[in-house]
Amino acid sequence: MRTKRWTPWVYVAPALALLTLFLVYPSIDTIRISFYDRSVSSFVGFQNYIYSFTNPTMLTAFRNNAIWVLLFTVFTVCLGLLLAVLLDRVRYERIVKSVIFIPMAISMVGASTIWKFVYAFRPAGAQQIGLLNGIVVALGGQPVGWLIERPWVNNFCLIAVGVWLWTGFCMVLLSAAYKNIPRQLMEAARIDGANEWQVFRKVILPLLWPTVAVVMTTMVVFVLKIFDIVYVMTNGNYSTEVIANRMYKEQFSFSNYGRAAAIAVILLMLIVPMMVINIRRFRRQEAIR
Amino acid sequence: MRKGRWCLALAAVLLLSLGAVAQQVTIAVVWSGNELDAFKATIAPFEQQTGITVNIDAVGRDLPTVLPVRVAAGNPPDLAALPNPGQMKEFVAQGALAQLDDLSNLADTPKAFVDLGSVDGHVYGLFIGADLKSLVWYNPKAFAAKGYAVPTSWAGLVALSQQMIANGDTPWSIGLESGAASGWPGTDWIEDIMLRTAGPDLYDKWVAHEIPWTHPAVKTAFQYFGQIALNNNMVYGGTTGELTTNFGDAPNALFTVPPDAYMLKQATFIQSFILTANPDLVPVEDYNIFLFPPISPVWGTPLLGSGDLVGVFNPTPEAMALADYLASAQAQEIWCGTLGKLAVNTQVDPSIYPDPITASAASMLATAEIFRFDGSDLMPAAVGSGTFWSGVLDYINGIPLDTVLESIEASAVDAYPQ
Repeated sequence: MRTKRWTPWVYVAPALALLTLFLVYPSIDTIRISFYDRSVSSFVGFQNYIYSFTNPTMLTAFRNNAIWVLLFTVFTVCLGLLLAVLLDRVRYERIVKSVIFIPMAISMVGASTIWKFVYAFRPAGAQQIGLLNGIVVALGGQPVGWLIERPWVNNFCLIAVGVWLWTGFCMVLLSAAYKNIPRQLMEAARIDGANEWQVFRKVILPLLWPTVAVVMTTMVVFVLKIFDIVYVMTNGNYSTEVIANRMYKEQFSFSNYGRAAAIAVILLMLIVPMMVINIRRFRRQEAIR
Repeated sequence: MRKGRWCLALAAVLLLSLGAVAQQVTIAVVWSGNELDAFKATIAPFEQQTGITVNIDAVGRDLPTVLPVRVAAGNPPDLAALPNPGQMKEFVAQGALAQLDDLSNLADTPKAFVDLGSVDGHVYGLFIGADLKSLVWYNPKAFAAKGYAVPTSWAGLVALSQQMIANGDTPWSIGLESGAASGWPGTDWIEDIMLRTAGPDLYDKWVAHEIPWTHPAVKTAFQYFGQIALNNNMVYGGTTGELTTNFGDAPNALFTVPPDAYMLKQATFIQSFILTANPDLVPVEDYNIFLFPPISPVWGTPLLGSGDLVGVFNPTPEAMALADYLASAQAQEIWCGTLGKLAVNTQVDPSIYPDPITASAASMLATAEIFRFDGSDLMPAAVGSGTFWSGVLDYINGIPLDTVLESIEASAVDAYPQ
């Protein structure tokens, strides 16, 4: 039986319809709304975008998102890679990996609440309930207001929570890829006189690179949208604002629909290139196969 | 013929059920827990007396977000507890709220509260209970042990604070942390100071953004607050403690031995936090209130407060009956008596208050010469629950006052309708 030309479309149609309804239409409508005022009643041109790129709090948010992208991605991927390679040589690999992976099972809000306690501050002389200040005071220091110490300490403290949550994820993916590398290659390198660092640098890393790149872009896309940790722990106060939290505030606290839509579009524009890179690499890999 | 009879029967059943539907009214509320239980108890007599079923839609904390969406969708509840007078005004501008001018029980509501619920001379919002904010809580036993006396002027308050510091005590406990709403306790300080240094008229202009945030009067109010709040000897834990302490935990510092702090400025509702954390404390004996003292003799002791506001979206007879009931002394005796809130209706029997402190706060409110509503609740959200909150936090966190005020002003220029 010959397949008619439109037959594939019949099969794809339900998926296309759902995509159009739940993805394409909302995206296009968001772009439309971003050119309107707070109650989506009158056209304002590029005003919402001008606001987004000139408002000081928005500029802080852009800066912080850049810091998040850089530090969060570097730390999760590097730590994940380090753990994946080193734990391969440990007898209790499974147990250790499970422990590192466990935070993934905790919701972002739950983890943020836990870490809010870790960073808790009590005045000097009072019983410290926060783990970190407990340690600082036990070592003879003064308690620190970790989450209000702007602009670096508090941002680093927030990023640390994200790293704690997501390192396990990177580790698991990279570890799976590492275990797929044929052992003979490493052995051959060692027989040829390569030291461990050279084996890692010249053999493991190039073979692992496609996975590292995917994990990295996934982390970048994820962290560009970072919201929960900031919302729960500081709500963007003390120079810790990020783009997604600003979008939430404009929409749900200030009912400024146009501005929230503009920020959403900007965020989308930042994420699209990363998605394109990811898809291109995926296609290339498929072509090789 | 048979068919016709069936139709008739069906129509009768439909009519009956329509009648039953008409005897219902829905109210969306922000309350949960204790407050929701108290509201159910408040509604019970109304249901018994009228036979009208009241469906309580307990939307909870998201009500400020949900309500505009439901109004925009043309599907508002019959009545709703409105988050604040600012949002009430927005609903009035959209033509979503019904006028309540003819409710009989409004006659027993003081003019100040009727005015707060009115737009252009028509009533759209009813206050069913209020909280008084201009209060300082203290521990009378700790005061007596150290020979401290309740001050009656700002100079006296500062002198007392300095006397405490000289004795090695910490005068104030301040908690500005409140999750996503952090900063609001500081706005109450500034509003109370603003009323006492600039007077109610300038306060109204400030709230309506007829004077800029960079106005000397606003700056002065922040500076008075800073005299206490920026001084690490004045506040338990210094500015860091202030910024990281939750407002609900702040009273605890008054009841340690020896006290970590001696005074806390907070509204009437903090009493439930005090009693939850320290159930053995006896009102008046172990903790008490005094009025936040006057600063300028010209303006005396104006009072600052907030309240629970109810509006009607669908003016059915049942909805109006419920609104009128909520304005009555009967309803408010249950609502306020259970929760320790202050009744608005002047016919409420003072004996309903659960303790002498609430009763005295109620009489302060009833005899107030000047009363003003919490300004941050009246401002557009981008200022009142946006930059004003974060501005207070920035000020305490060491950002120069002029920078703070300029950034609030920039957001106000943007957020107030032109």
